[in-house]
Amino acid sequence: MMEMHLPVLQVIVPLLSAAICFLLGRGKLPWMFATLVSWVTFAISILIAIQVSDGSTLQYELGGWEPPWGISYNVDQLNALVLVIVSGIAAVVFPYALRSVEREIAPEQHGLFYTAMLLCFAGLLGITITGDAFNVFVLLEISSLSTYTLISLGKDRRALTSSFQYLIMGTIGATFILIGIGLIYALTGTLNMADLAERIPQIESSRTLQAAFAFIVVGFGLKLAMFPLHLWLPNAYAFAPSVVSAFLAATATKVAVYALLRFLFDVYDVNFTYEAMQVQYLLIPLATVAILFASIVAIFQNDVKRMLAYSSVAQIGYMLLGIGLVNATGITATLLHLFNHALMKGALFLALGAVCYRIGRTSIQQMAGLGQQMPWTMAAFVVGGLSIIGVPLTAGFVSKWYLILGTLENGWWPLTAAILIASLLAVIYIWRVVEVAYFRERPEGAPDVKEAPLSLLLPTWVLAAANIYFGVQTDFTVSFAKGAAASLLGGAP
Amino acid sequence: MSFLPITLEMSIVLALLLPLLGGLGILLAGRYPNLREGVTLTTALLLLLVVFSMIPEILAGERPELVLLEMMPGLSIRFEVEPLGMLFACVAAFLWPINSIYSIGYMRGNKEKKQTRFYFFFVVAIFGAMGIAFAGNLVTLFLFYEVLTLSTFPLVTHKGSSSMQSGRVYLGILITTSIGLLLPAIIWTWHVTGTTAFVPGGIIGDNLQGPLLVLLLFLFVYGIGKAAVMPVHRWLPAAMVAPTPVSALLHAVAVVKAGVFSVVKVVTYIFGLETLQGVAGVEWLLYAAGFTVVVASFIALQQDNLKRRLAYSTIGQLSYVVLGVAILAPISMVGAALHIVAHAFGKITLFFAAGAIYTASKKTEVSQLDGIGRRMPWTMGAFAIGALSMIGVPPAVGFISKWYILMGAFQTEQWIAIAVIIISTLLNAAYFVPIIFAAFFKPEAPGTKDHGEAPFAAVLALSLTAAMTVLLFLFPEVPFELAKQIGVGVP
Repeated sequence: MMEMHLPVLQVIVPLLSAAICFLLGRGKLPWMFATLVSWVTFAISILIAIQVSDGSTLQYELGGWEPPWGISYNVDQLNALVLVIVSGIAAVVFPYALRSVEREIAPEQHGLFYTAMLLCFAGLLGITITGDAFNVFVLLEISSLSTYTLISLGKDRRALTSSFQYLIMGTIGATFILIGIGLIYALTGTLNMADLAERIPQIESSRTLQAAFAFIVVGFGLKLAMFPLHLWLPNAYAFAPSVVSAFLAATATKVAVYALLRFLFDVYDVNFTYEAMQVQYLLIPLATVAILFASIVAIFQNDVKRMLAYSSVAQIGYMLLGIGLVNATGITATLLHLFNHALMKGALFLALGAVCYRIGRTSIQQMAGLGQQMPWTMAAFVVGGLSIIGVPLTAGFVSKWYLILGTLENGWWPLTAAILIASLLAVIYIWRVVEVAYFRERPEGAPDVKEAPLSLLLPTWVLAAANIYFGVQTDFTVSFAKGAAASLLGGAP
Repeated sequence: MSFLPITLEMSIVLALLLPLLGGLGILLAGRYPNLREGVTLTTALLLLLVVFSMIPEILAGERPELVLLEMMPGLSIRFEVEPLGMLFACVAAFLWPINSIYSIGYMRGNKEKKQTRFYFFFVVAIFGAMGIAFAGNLVTLFLFYEVLTLSTFPLVTHKGSSSMQSGRVYLGILITTSIGLLLPAIIWTWHVTGTTAFVPGGIIGDNLQGPLLVLLLFLFVYGIGKAAVMPVHRWLPAAMVAPTPVSALLHAVAVVKAGVFSVVKVVTYIFGLETLQGVAGVEWLLYAAGFTVVVASFIALQQDNLKRRLAYSTIGQLSYVVLGVAILAPISMVGAALHIVAHAFGKITLFFAAGAIYTASKKTEVSQLDGIGRRMPWTMGAFAIGALSMIGVPPAVGFISKWYILMGAFQTEQWIAIAVIIISTLLNAAYFVPIIFAAFFKPEAPGTKDHGEAPFAAVLALSLTAAMTVLLFLFPEVPFELAKQIGVGVP
């Protein structure tokens, strides 16, 4: 009985919990409740993943209303993978939040903070699971609005302006998406994705449909920080509270990438995307520039958080590059990187959050000598960094390997070279931190710091270990990514 | 039969596990220097035992393999012991305990700081070397190659912030070449053949022809920056800021040997000699190696700093190995493999001697060494033997390897290679003989401070390696048999 309702529970549990959390007031109660919810949600996502692991699709009709009138939730391997990573990251980040939030956010705002986190979480899961185009927009707004709140809670006053900057950019993006969906609705009279997939091929030459496509690509491009629409991201990540940076970096952009994929290949179809619209000619140059340019900019950052933010822009470039390759290996690489990048950035931002907890800031000079004083934290940072570089035995290697194979399949070796050069650039920006942390003494007069508390270390290390686990044991990720890529390119929703 | 009651597969596991356990032990025993050094020596001796116990069976034709894990279909961390790897592992495992004895003498004698960190990264480097030696495919080789690069960085920059700039050059060149050239070469190999396994006779076969084949070879040779073929040799002199035992490790035991070993391994087991023979354009490897040999020798001639002179000598000697490969004759391949061993023993002796001189007298320049042979007869005697091996004169083992490389060059009528060897032999003599002469026959400069031999541990170590340099000349059977079996068809 319960099993039938899993898809809706996936969203409803965190959504309703957000409201309850708001009523719980101050103290530790909101945190305990939110953590519990994140674990339950994670369990649900795993149960769902098990059900679709054979390649089948789950369909759930909300309130028993049949599609195309009612809203339906559809789960296949593609969004099952995204659900697992989003709720998995949440299940790790929420336990971590307690100590970090105590340090960074005023006590009277704690209840509000966890409410906003849960809302954001519910919104992201909703975007991932829904089979209704308009629903995507609604849930996107739920997650975005709560994200603006979360970023503005950062203790640096610049958090307010970055939040406002993101609000403007994010709203433009959301509006574009809404315009796109509206145009499609005007043409077809339906919002259900499966329905759309059937009707769109019949009117493919319509100029309106093409305009809608452009609006949607640009809209999601803003939300996922596609170069050069990424300008909101570095500030947002740099000034948000540590927990929020970790959560957003690991989930928000990934969900936007997922939604873009869903629209490109399921709502529209492969032929339309690649042949009529030739989206690869847009994605490949932008992705290549993002990979190289953002990596170079990352090297020159003084704030490690901001450095990681630019690194994220580059990593998103990898995902877009995978889409641009027009082959199954490329899409597989995109999905793998979507999953793996969440793990590496999660681990890096959590490690950085632990540093921030002890020394109060994240500028690179302040981290001198931390390798001695916070060995476990910095070791986790190194693991995450190795994964970003793409060293064998880490998750980052797996996705990069598939991406490189994708470029070679097409014979596009200049792209292979670009990927490798970007890996070298990643070596440089990660190495800067390693060198400062391990091979410099603590600055004169800086207070001695202790290792971070266990409640911060443990979640950090769960993600760091996941980087290694998924670099060695690739059955789950590769089989899901391959299955999803095949079904995306097969055109069947 | 092995003389240890364990299977060969177990030996592989142990050879990799022992250094790691040793590293753990060193960290745990960090506060008690004697215990810590005890851990280092015990681990080194156990490793020596394990590695040497494998020799008889490898000679008998056994090729044990071990798949640790499979990351993706066709892409695994896999180990396989073959004669060439066995040879390299033996060199590393044999020289490590000696180097450890020397390190203890040197580090204590010079009162170096952070010794726990030093010994820890030293074993990690040995772990990397073992992984490289037993790697069963290119991916595994690459992984351990990088372990070796990273673990030696803290050793190179041991002296702290003053050495950081050199450390960056070291790391920068090695990482850039490995990720920028070696990794693409590996991916390319995988792309055209569907495997990265080392197979006797090579795996490339007919999959690549002509210029592409040469390009792949180019990527491999320059991607393996540790082989220091010019112009990717700059990291080696930069690394001279390291304490002397590290220089010895770098030059004789692990790092550069890992480089030339990888080159030999890639040419024999990835390309295969027959694939490369007669390919138009493959001569550039010969020219590049020959150029490096001669130019490095000239530069060495001009260095007054003893360690820098030895460093450039190493660059030249490494390219002998590459030259042996580039001749593409089976017999010179054997010579190349033997030269890995020969150079290891000779060069470690020379570095030990340089370090002993520094420890005893704080002298670092060649011009200061007049008459020092009378104060430090053992050290300078060993230095002389090491130098003879570098020049390639009997009774030092360097003669044997050079002989085989020359034989290959004659067989294939590679006159350029022959000319290079002759010129460089003269140059080697020109920069080593004056040192020996000055040390023993020139009068000491007035006002020299009074000193005797270096600490006993250091003298013991360098005497052992010098003795080995002679013994290997007299009894070269085991390395020779191993080198013969690398599957290039030498009877």
